[in-house]
Amino acid sequence: MLVQEPNSIPLAGATDVLVHWPAHLDAHAKTYLDLSGLDDLRHISWNQEALTLGARTTYWDVIQDEQCHQEFPLLQHAARQVGAVQIQSRGTWAGNIVNASPAADGVPVLMAYDAVVVLQSTAGTEEVPLNEFYMGYKQMRRRTDQLVVAIRLPRRSYAVQVFEKVGARRAQAITKVGLAMTRSSVGWRVVASAVAPTIRRCPSVERLLEQDAPVCSPDDLAEAFATDTQPIDDIRSTSAYRARVLARVAFHALQSQAPGRS
Amino acid sequence: MSKTELISVSLTLNGEHRSIEIAPQERLLDTLRYRLGLTGSKEGCGEGECGACTVYIDGLPANACLVLTVQVRGRALETIESVQVDDLGSMHVSGATQCGACTPGVVMTACWIKRHPELAKTHTLRELMAGNLCRCTGYDGIIEGIAGTDCAS
Repeated sequence: MLVQEPNSIPLAGATDVLVHWPAHLDAHAKTYLDLSGLDDLRHISWNQEALTLGARTTYWDVIQDEQCHQEFPLLQHAARQVGAVQIQSRGTWAGNIVNASPAADGVPVLMAYDAVVVLQSTAGTEEVPLNEFYMGYKQMRRRTDQLVVAIRLPRRSYAVQVFEKVGARRAQAITKVGLAMTRSSVGWRVVASAVAPTIRRCPSVERLLEQDAPVCSPDDLAEAFATDTQPIDDIRSTSAYRARVLARVAFHALQSQAPGRS
Repeated sequence: MSKTELISVSLTLNGEHRSIEIAPQERLLDTLRYRLGLTGSKEGCGEGECGACTVYIDGLPANACLVLTVQVRGRALETIESVQVDDLGSMHVSGATQCGACTPGVVMTACWIKRHPELAKTHTLRELMAGNLCRCTGYDGIIEGIAGTDCAS
């Protein structure tokens, strides 16, 4: 169907698409591909190497899953901060990826766990690391004939796992600054949200941590974050606030989770 | 909406099998209120924040303003009209309601929490109720009403 209607928009929970829907008459004219009937795409599966989430797997599905809680605690940590139960029950991880908001909460933790996006079309299956999925604001490596069918996360043991979301209030807020951070056998992953056109990893900060550079204050991280991000002033916050808070949040997370690091 | 061709959707509504004619772009909230006359679900914000339109889809709370009716094809839908007075517990004596606009949504989420006592192991009442905004009476009375701690006595 995506081949016949290349401009059609796959619809999972629809919690983003339907916001203020009656006012968006232009959106009504578009073609949507409703995935609601595809229950095969709603699963949480495990094998030796990886956890796989289906394209219709919701935040609530993961919140309720004990093994996810044990092995990928940041997924639950982030999911519980997406809207409230009414959104968590409908919103999907894959939808969060393709909605491509720079302030998404599901994407940073998936990226910090090295998630891979599994795309399928009549031509076959393609896998794209989430870290390489975004090319610019709302631009991504998904052809119009491809459907995200799954998200795969490698199973590893983690020494550090952090997700911090700064919003106007604790519940039901859109992120002003977000940070997901992990450390495993493959190294550090530092992912920032709402400070660039896309959610992105911060290679300069990761390098600094890999080199075990001394981090004695937020200022020691600020320069590297400035290289990796381009925060802007908008309705929710300012560039200066975002830059300052990002470095502070990261500093305090490192102090509490990796005190002996440097 | 009248210009659009209608399509047929079958679902279970408050325990009863129903087949309804709807427009493809129709929100579940509009179907309930304007086609079926079930006006208990309210529209507050229209963006999934206030929770006044909370319904259950296959037993889970959802905002009816953020669902297309075609998406509940074959699903079990429950609305505030299915709630019995006895389900309210101490909510009507705890000061949990004032103007009443948020109340149908509040009651829906509260009844869902009562159906699932296991949630208390992982969640606080306030976290579970975070998707229901009240702009007049405040949250203490609502939380007390759900918890069954009768502050009026």
